[in-house]
Amino acid sequence: MSRVRVLAGTRKGAFILTSDGKREKWDVSGPHFAGWEMYHLKGSPADPNRIYASQCSGWFGQIIQRSDDGGKTWIQPGTPPSAQQGPGGMPKGESNKFVYDTSPETGKPLTTHQFYDGNQHPWEFKRVWHLEPSLTDPDTVYAGVEDAGLFRSADGGQNWHELSGLRGHGTGPRWQPGAGGMCLHTIILDRSDPQRIYIAISAAGAFRTDDGGQTWKPINKGLYSQYIPEPTAEVGHCVHHVAMHPSRPGVLFMQKHWDVLRSDNSGDLWKEVSGNLPTDFGFVIDVHAHEPETIYVVPIKSDGEHFPPDGKLRVYRSKTGGNEWEALTKGLPQSNCYVNVLRDAMAVDSLDKCGVYFGTTGGQVYVSADAGDSWSPIVQHLPAVLSVEVQTLP
Amino acid sequence: MIRVVLPGHLRALARVGAEVQLEITGPVTQRSVVDALEAQYPMLRGTIRDHVTQQRRPFLRFFACSEDYSLEPPDTPFPEAIASGEEPLLIIGAIAGG
Repeated sequence: MSRVRVLAGTRKGAFILTSDGKREKWDVSGPHFAGWEMYHLKGSPADPNRIYASQCSGWFGQIIQRSDDGGKTWIQPGTPPSAQQGPGGMPKGESNKFVYDTSPETGKPLTTHQFYDGNQHPWEFKRVWHLEPSLTDPDTVYAGVEDAGLFRSADGGQNWHELSGLRGHGTGPRWQPGAGGMCLHTIILDRSDPQRIYIAISAAGAFRTDDGGQTWKPINKGLYSQYIPEPTAEVGHCVHHVAMHPSRPGVLFMQKHWDVLRSDNSGDLWKEVSGNLPTDFGFVIDVHAHEPETIYVVPIKSDGEHFPPDGKLRVYRSKTGGNEWEALTKGLPQSNCYVNVLRDAMAVDSLDKCGVYFGTTGGQVYVSADAGDSWSPIVQHLPAVLSVEVQTLP
Repeated sequence: MIRVVLPGHLRALARVGAEVQLEITGPVTQRSVVDALEAQYPMLRGTIRDHVTQQRRPFLRFFACSEDYSLEPPDTPFPEAIASGEEPLLIIGAIAGG
């Protein structure tokens, strides 16, 4: 029988939740890296036992961790078992060096972006928000970082090199940080076209490359953001998350700061599909594993009040690719609930029926084993959940 | 042999106890101590000072013989009691956060 492994990153460590295909009884492992902010963990589609993790701290900066056994043990990449013993018996490793490419050959001398106060501000590396392993090579992984940039490692996370064409393509000086920082939080790889990658940045917008990351273009036409001086600007939009179904790589769904949108032409044009949502502010958005027109969001009251409307935690599902939404409430708290669901904290498994998962800033991780019809908490008292990913295992 | 006390999270990262010992030839300074720490425990690279700027991370401080040396130039020698190993050098994380 198939199994699932849920990877939950929290403000104070990582947790691994495992279950069989029924998704009723769960084993909980953790905290891994206790006390550290675990922004994101994700497994390799090419080798499910290979998991990458972003571990960071306001005190000590960024660490990259890797597991080659499904999360049982971890190393900082660069410490293969054969060379793990350094002086004093300690492991060797230096996998946390993220240096922006400013070389004249590839980096272009772009060094500033717009800051909160409107002045230009130098790019400063702060943390890795999102790790996206290659679809085919376990040793290749992408990292979306704050201040916004895209890095790639081709050696299992040991050495990182910036895909500087993104930061240097020309609009960088108009990017600006959202309240959470100027983060590159979404990376989508296209299984049908290895040269195509989508990324999204708060607050710059969505971007696409069609040549493996050398050149990029903004794909924000159709977005309307009242909170920026030019609501239809080419860049400057606070995109919260973007999702795609693997079988339809040209169709994208977006949860923006406000507004839920879709694009049917690889991001060239977006149209709003918020429809009857009680509020179209939110962070997460995801697509059903087997129904490419079935999508999920968790509406949040507003940008000033990051909690569900009326204290009711409701997932909204559209089976029509947007516009027509139904509230999914069975098993979710319908009073006095004031948690948030952050942008990387929803995932779907590929079992039949599709499982849907999300984590909250209140420390709950919920699962629905029936595509959203009913929900139950896997865990209820974790630190604030920053990210949720799920692996479907044989 | 000098003695260095690390913050708890860095002990976990380097898989060491509260105190580590380092062999340093030449002046014992912030720079030479962190150089020696990073050489002996490569997993600490980037955690005490930034990879690129080499600046001390702002939430970390260096205390020697009850004195704060954090704002001293990186090549300022620590007191003889640190250089001789009589007293440990304390690398302390700010008391902040939750």
